[in-house]
Amino acid sequence: MHKLRKVARTERLIQKMHNNVIMVNLLEYEGKALFKKYNIRIPAGKVIHNEKGVPAFKKEKVLKAQVPTGHRGKNGGVVIVKDSADARNAIKTMKKINFDGFFSKDFLLEDKVKHPTELYLSIALDRSKRAPVLLASDRGGVNIEEIPKENIFIFTLISKNNSLGITNLIEQELFTKLNLEKDTREAFYELIDSMWRLYQEEDAELVEINPLAVLKNGFIALDSKIVIDDDALFRHPDIKVPLSTDPLELAAKKQNMSFVRLGGDIGLIANGAGLTMATIDMIAEKGGTTGDFLDLGGTDDPKKVAAAVGLIANLHPKALLINIFGGVTKADTVAEGIVAAVDSLKPDFRIFVRLSGFGTEKGKETLRKKGIDAYDGADEAINAVVSYTRKSLGQRGKL
Amino acid sequence: MSILIDKRTKVIIQGITGHQGTFHSEAMLDFGTNIVAGVTPGKGGANVYGVDVYNDVKSAIKKTGANASVVFVPAQYAKSAVFEAIDAGIKLIVIITEHVPSHDMIDMLIHARTNGARIIGPNCPGIATPGIAKLGIIPNQTLKKGKIGVISRSGTLTYEIVNTLSKAGLGESTVIGIGGDKIPGTTFVDALGLFGEDKDTDAVVLIGEIGGGAEEEAAEFIKNYFKKPVVGFIAGVYAPPGKRMGHAGAIISGNSGTAQSKIAAFESAGVTVASSPDKIPVILNRALL
Repeated sequence: MHKLRKVARTERLIQKMHNNVIMVNLLEYEGKALFKKYNIRIPAGKVIHNEKGVPAFKKEKVLKAQVPTGHRGKNGGVVIVKDSADARNAIKTMKKINFDGFFSKDFLLEDKVKHPTELYLSIALDRSKRAPVLLASDRGGVNIEEIPKENIFIFTLISKNNSLGITNLIEQELFTKLNLEKDTREAFYELIDSMWRLYQEEDAELVEINPLAVLKNGFIALDSKIVIDDDALFRHPDIKVPLSTDPLELAAKKQNMSFVRLGGDIGLIANGAGLTMATIDMIAEKGGTTGDFLDLGGTDDPKKVAAAVGLIANLHPKALLINIFGGVTKADTVAEGIVAAVDSLKPDFRIFVRLSGFGTEKGKETLRKKGIDAYDGADEAINAVVSYTRKSLGQRGKL
Repeated sequence: MSILIDKRTKVIIQGITGHQGTFHSEAMLDFGTNIVAGVTPGKGGANVYGVDVYNDVKSAIKKTGANASVVFVPAQYAKSAVFEAIDAGIKLIVIITEHVPSHDMIDMLIHARTNGARIIGPNCPGIATPGIAKLGIIPNQTLKKGKIGVISRSGTLTYEIVNTLSKAGLGESTVIGIGGDKIPGTTFVDALGLFGEDKDTDAVVLIGEIGGGAEEEAAEFIKNYFKKPVVGFIAGVYAPPGKRMGHAGAIISGNSGTAQSKIAAFESAGVTVASSPDKIPVILNRALL
């Protein structure tokens, strides 16, 4: 049902370094489909995939680009259109706009909703409190960072006696703080309950309505921002994460590895997000630049290691550094995989290997027989690879 | 003395018959861990490296008096395994499993709090006290008895740093890998609190990485309450910066999350930040003079 989009490249990169995952940010119309499922009112509207899909109309409507990133309005992604010709033109223009690395393929054409006031409302996972929180403000319609702190009401949704959820007390208090009309009380409580059910049942990490239109008799969600916990996707088979369009990323993913392009000289294979990041840092500190890197994750299959070397070989780095700390991954297994890859690929770059942990001695012996440099310390190995690439590049690297 | 585990810690392994469970049980036994039972539903009666396997935690406890558990079960079943352990009376649970849904983790955390149990992890290398026991997957040969407490969000980077400490002759009192997930059962601050009370810990190494605000909170705690020397390390200084999201996450986590913010927070709390792992022992030796 929901087609999902990648988040911006930089965010994805950090995400992948951590957990080999893509954060699942729903598009506005996908989020609104969920709102509908949970009886949260949304404006009448239609999803448009291309100019031909624009229906005939002759009154003012709102046309919105569908991209999984914030600040869409400021970048020209939300416009008022007066008829279908106007909408078609607007779509043509919007298709060319770069929204923080995203281009809109789909568009949402919605009826305008006349409303005197707008609220901000969300349920989010607060990592620091290790609890969901309810956030609300009577200054909706702008990004939450721009709302003054004193206008944001925050409720932690785990109580002192450890019960989880939104109590009536919280609802009442919030209703009063937001100065809402008496007639909307029931509708407000129902809305909060629906948001909570959506948050819980869909494994959301964020359910945000901003702006929320306040009408005489109730509320309409004018926008949606929903983030689903990718680790819970096994419970939501209807949510499909799109595959990457990068063939190397795909190949890595198939083997349960994270592959990221950084654009420097030294190809890197390491195991574990923290060690991979620390290695990139150490290469940079010593004046080298990391090219593409693979986080091998844990493995005891030499074939996976060989596949990793093969993947990097496709990109012809100046040199390849393999930094393995054996634990789940055994150093001798890694060595076997490297030798297998060298035998079959005959790579055109030099390989520097650092092995430590389980199986180091055996692994180093395997590599030595093949004439591959093996180091005990990360520091030594990184010094060697950086000085090699800088020499081979005629000191091109930054000094 | 050490934190969380001692000679009386009797350990069960949930998911002992799986590939990882079996492999690491052997390593834990080699380390001297008192593993009294394994639990895998439907595999009761089996035996793994001399450890009897039971169908459920309750019968394992009844037979052995176990009081701690290491969980290797797949992410989908982690919550029910942990609930089972808590309900059976286990007070210390180490979750090695990665990709545990955050909603499940919230439920587990609440259940643990209500029953006076502590969770470490998920997605973590566990804890180890050289000379006593290891509940997790930190490679045995990296560990050495000593007086440095280590707290880390990372996996292999922890091994790297522990190895560096051991090779430099410093050694560790206890190593705690709290895990890199959004909702950790035990936080940096929790672990610092424990090390603060521990007579056998002279100094602490805190290993953080980019993302979230855990390091900033740790810095705040150190500034106000922690008296022992602390050396910090942050991975990801050269990782590309994250983006502003324009949603609730931004207001909840504030400006924290970047390597610069974490390093600044550490430094303002008097924590020396090492620029690479191999510099940590030198800084520690200076601090312990």
